[in-house]
Amino acid sequence: MAECSPVDSSKASRHTMDKSITLPPDEIFRNLENAKRFAIDIGGSLTKLAYYSTVQHKVAKVRSFDHSAKEAASDKLYEISVQEEVTPRLHFIKFENAYIETCLDFIKDHLVNTETKVIKATGGGAHKFKELLERKLGLRVDKEDEMTCLIKGCNFVLRNIPHEAFVYAKHADSEFRFQTTHPDIFPYLLVNIGSGVSIVKVESEDQFERIGGSSIGGGTFWGLGALLTKTKRFDELLQLASKGQHTSVDMLVKDIYGGSYGSLGLTGDLIASSFGKSATADKEFSKEDMAKSLLHMISNDIGQLACLYAKLHNLSRVYFGGFFIRGHPVTMHTITYSINFFTKGEVQALFLRHEGYLGAIGAFLKGAEEDNPNQYSWGENYAGSSGLMSISPDMNPMQRARSGTFDMLEMDRLERQLVNLSLLQDPSSYIPDTVDLTEDAMAREYWLDCFEEALDGVVKRAVASQPDMPESVERAEKFRHKYRHKLQTLRQQPFAYGSLTVRSLLDTREHCLNEFNFPDPYSKIKQRENDVALKFYQKAVRTLEALSWEERQFALVRGVLAGNVFDWGAKAVSDVLESDPEFGFEEAKRQLEERPWLVDSYDQWFHRLKGRPHKCALFFVDNSGVDIILGVMPFVRELLSRGTEVVLASNSGPALNDVTNGELQILTERIAAMDPIIQAGLREDRLTLIQSGSSSPCLDLSRLDKVLAMVVRERNTDLVIIEGMGRAIHTNYYATLSCESLKMAVIKNSWLADRLGGKLFSVVFKYEVPAGTGGLMEATVPPSP
Amino acid sequence: MDKAKSMVDKKGASGPFHAGQRSCNGHVNGCGNPGLASASGLENNHHHHHHVHRGAADAECNGSPAKRSRLRRRTESMRRHRPPFPWFGMDIGGTLVKLVYFEPVDITAEEEQEEVENLKSIRRYLTSNVAYGKTGVRDVHLELRNLTMCGRTGNLHFIRFPTQAMPRFIQMGHDKNFSSLHTTLCATGGGAYKFENDFRTMAELELLKLDELDCLIRGLLFVDRVGFNGHPECYYFQNPSDTQSCVKQPCTLDNPFPMLLVNIGSGVSILAVYSEDNYKRVTGTSLGGGTFLGLCCLLTGCETFEEALEMASKGDSTNVDKLVKDIYGGDYERFGLQGSAVASSFGHMMSKEKRDTISKEDLARATLVTITNNIGSIARMCAVNEKIERVVFVGNFLRINTVSTKLLAYAMDFWSKGQLRALFLEHEGYFGAVGALMELLKTTEDP
Repeated sequence: MAECSPVDSSKASRHTMDKSITLPPDEIFRNLENAKRFAIDIGGSLTKLAYYSTVQHKVAKVRSFDHSAKEAASDKLYEISVQEEVTPRLHFIKFENAYIETCLDFIKDHLVNTETKVIKATGGGAHKFKELLERKLGLRVDKEDEMTCLIKGCNFVLRNIPHEAFVYAKHADSEFRFQTTHPDIFPYLLVNIGSGVSIVKVESEDQFERIGGSSIGGGTFWGLGALLTKTKRFDELLQLASKGQHTSVDMLVKDIYGGSYGSLGLTGDLIASSFGKSATADKEFSKEDMAKSLLHMISNDIGQLACLYAKLHNLSRVYFGGFFIRGHPVTMHTITYSINFFTKGEVQALFLRHEGYLGAIGAFLKGAEEDNPNQYSWGENYAGSSGLMSISPDMNPMQRARSGTFDMLEMDRLERQLVNLSLLQDPSSYIPDTVDLTEDAMAREYWLDCFEEALDGVVKRAVASQPDMPESVERAEKFRHKYRHKLQTLRQQPFAYGSLTVRSLLDTREHCLNEFNFPDPYSKIKQRENDVALKFYQKAVRTLEALSWEERQFALVRGVLAGNVFDWGAKAVSDVLESDPEFGFEEAKRQLEERPWLVDSYDQWFHRLKGRPHKCALFFVDNSGVDIILGVMPFVRELLSRGTEVVLASNSGPALNDVTNGELQILTERIAAMDPIIQAGLREDRLTLIQSGSSSPCLDLSRLDKVLAMVVRERNTDLVIIEGMGRAIHTNYYATLSCESLKMAVIKNSWLADRLGGKLFSVVFKYEVPAGTGGLMEATVPPSP
Repeated sequence: MDKAKSMVDKKGASGPFHAGQRSCNGHVNGCGNPGLASASGLENNHHHHHHVHRGAADAECNGSPAKRSRLRRRTESMRRHRPPFPWFGMDIGGTLVKLVYFEPVDITAEEEQEEVENLKSIRRYLTSNVAYGKTGVRDVHLELRNLTMCGRTGNLHFIRFPTQAMPRFIQMGHDKNFSSLHTTLCATGGGAYKFENDFRTMAELELLKLDELDCLIRGLLFVDRVGFNGHPECYYFQNPSDTQSCVKQPCTLDNPFPMLLVNIGSGVSILAVYSEDNYKRVTGTSLGGGTFLGLCCLLTGCETFEEALEMASKGDSTNVDKLVKDIYGGDYERFGLQGSAVASSFGHMMSKEKRDTISKEDLARATLVTITNNIGSIARMCAVNEKIERVVFVGNFLRINTVSTKLLAYAMDFWSKGQLRALFLEHEGYFGAVGALMELLKTTEDP
């Protein structure tokens, strides 16, 4: 059955809830001024509100000076300006039905400047609150089909949130194992366990079918549970269940057989008959035991049906949702157990991080069809989203209830549509991150400490980046508070935003910085470094030209590696850079590890260079300044000279001192003015600069700018170069590509170096040729002149 | 009798004598090695005919001297191989013990004299009572009369008692010195394993343990073949979708394979049966008869299955269950769900007001409907997955339970749009015990 959520609970909760809450508007209903396209999903106990709004925030832009005018005032390469930019953002807020009136009043009071006339509504409580919605908001209530909303919402989160789905494992090191979403999310089975159960097969965005269902669902657990235990609330029933022993109520195989039923492979502990032992008048059963037995009975039954349908329709991806699941560890555990039992592991029970929002998201999408939200990519904003709450049953359940009072999800519209890199060997198994900190407790502790220690420096630089704005100090403190709070949350709930990784920690920091209008704390540093480095470009090229071909190849690689030492993202380096600005390029080269490097396939690379030139190289660049100008550009120049086309992929938006596409455009023009090879490359379109679609110091090859992916395909790219710790070590270290790849990085973190068996400034030079390609044959071709 | 005859005539091999003929396979009555049985198959037919028409008294006479002599030879041969009386088959389930007892009615005077006293007393005790102790019951209406098994004619009695009474039963076996009869006690069901040791230590009895699913299928096919005292064993419901005109119709399992066999005892087992010896357990569910009774006891305070069913028959489940129309005001058209379909079993019970005013009868009815619908739903999915159109429901959950049988018939028909037919058997829960008895008759001949 469709989720026809039990509306009665709202009555029950009303008695106990204090309705006169004061809403903290800074945190909850944000950006209401420009809000439009409201949608609401009212379930049995929770209301989910959705709206579209725009966020005005500052972005750092670079603009080339008009050098022909010879502006004497500045010897700077380009000018940095902070501009206001408007980004669409989706807000989703979840709260208890008890607060609905207060919330509607609040919205009414703050909703100015909107042309909205309609609110899309779904959920079992939609009709009950219809009148209230119309009266309070003055909006016409437009009801949408629940299941359609649910599926639309499900498609949306699966497509836009990489770590949306997870497998639940109660006794594992981490309860949640997040799944990489298959690039093609269809087909899948959605088992929605509301008061009844609906089993829906989803084949495409608009094509889905209810293939089955059951009347034994959450309502049965609740209704029957209340009768048996005299316990009114759903959550309390679950709590009872988590403390009970079902074996005193259920008849097990061993109760009948005295042991297992060997010939059928049925173990003795299997339930032969649910409630089979309670068919007696002369025995009392505890509430806990009955609740547990009931929970098992219902979960097993649903699991069994889900398996039968999955088998019949040959589907292996089965997502579970509905209020019966809604983050409850007990039900996730029993459903998982049941699915494992009935399919012997062939089908995994998958749960969704934003399961509670699906209906609201879907209703919103229905109402926003004219904006066509599905043609964009959206990204979860870690700064504005609450994340998955701790659901460990051992934790204080009241804390869970309170923290769950207001839950938020915010999604930013990304400027670019993001797609997979076509050169991934197996997109469905690609995991960008090298270490999953959710599972690796030691690594998690280290990195959380590391980010916390670095926080002072980040705050300082943020303030320094806006010297003309005195209130920046206050904003920076707000940032500090927010990010520290995030780090603390992640210590308790590492799974809050999907798998915890160095990338997610970095991205969360960028989101928080943006939230408080520090769009680019490194803009000035980058500018200065670019200026300085550019002065040495010609000299560096001349030095390289003077070398023999063989020497030059090695020097070019060393140049890229040495340049990469200049990295404000790495703590060890930023300390040195800050204290000793004279730390130069030559010094960096001296610091480099001597060969053999920690990972060293230079010989193979060198051998390969003697062969036929690559058709096209895709180069993911890293830092500004020395790195890009003295390290990467000469390397690119050499590739161009060999006849290889080059696509330089740089960040769309700022992250640390990484060079952005805007900066790189200017830099490349300046270099082209000095260097005929670069100039010819640009002119002949053999050197192309394209933004990656990312604003992260790391790299997710499954979410790349659509234009970049297209160019890469069109040019028959046969070499991918990834540079830097963030992109080649924290992420993509194990990524396998269907073409040749080169990963270059200097390890600027002693803990990580230690982990990888190296030491500070150890070098990773990883050249890989996919198995079964003609790498060796090419290498036998005589060297090019 | 006429009916029996006409059925024999009409159905030929599938009539009561079929059992004898099938003995050539060494399975059905299991009474002969294949050679012997095939030679005597026709004879056996005749033999049985006499009983059908004249009763047991004149079993000795009739026929030409040659024929008689042949008959005697055969009988003697069988006698050597026949297990000693008493003949029992027992199925010890999670809730109920099912016992079948073959009462020979063709006992000769000679035999009568030889018969030891405690054997006689057992026979008298079982056949002259319809209730044993507080909880044992003989289902007189199920008795199969004048049945020929292993060359003997007699009545097959069907007795049940709660598994909880098992210790008392074993004690009785000890008190009556059952072990002195040197009979083999063929037992199936989980209790055969669980109580094996008790039988041995308390009553000096060795159980011959048999697989319950083997027994179930063998017993079912046997009873179906011999028929129910001239009537078909099998039935279905005509017009299952219309409560007014829904009527029980006898039918035959002429060509039973493949069939999906749904055995609803305390729990449920679902088997795909392709032939007498070829089957697989497809799945099972723990929501079975035990769940119905267990929940009913907790919800209503009732104590017996009969009581629970009695209450259920008077109740209205729609006061307990939430229907589609309770949520959508009518049909849920987007998904083609009728307003009268149950959306959430016990869904109304989420409301305290409704919990406070609900009757026990309504609760019992809802429990019954919930369990039954769920079994129907799983069975239907299995039938589709296994590509089997014939679904046979058995097990003691269906005893005196027309609410469930009709509901299952309706559910199969409705959800499959008429593709699936639900079939039922009169001896619902006893096939395992019958199968165990057949095993007794078979095994004793095997050298």
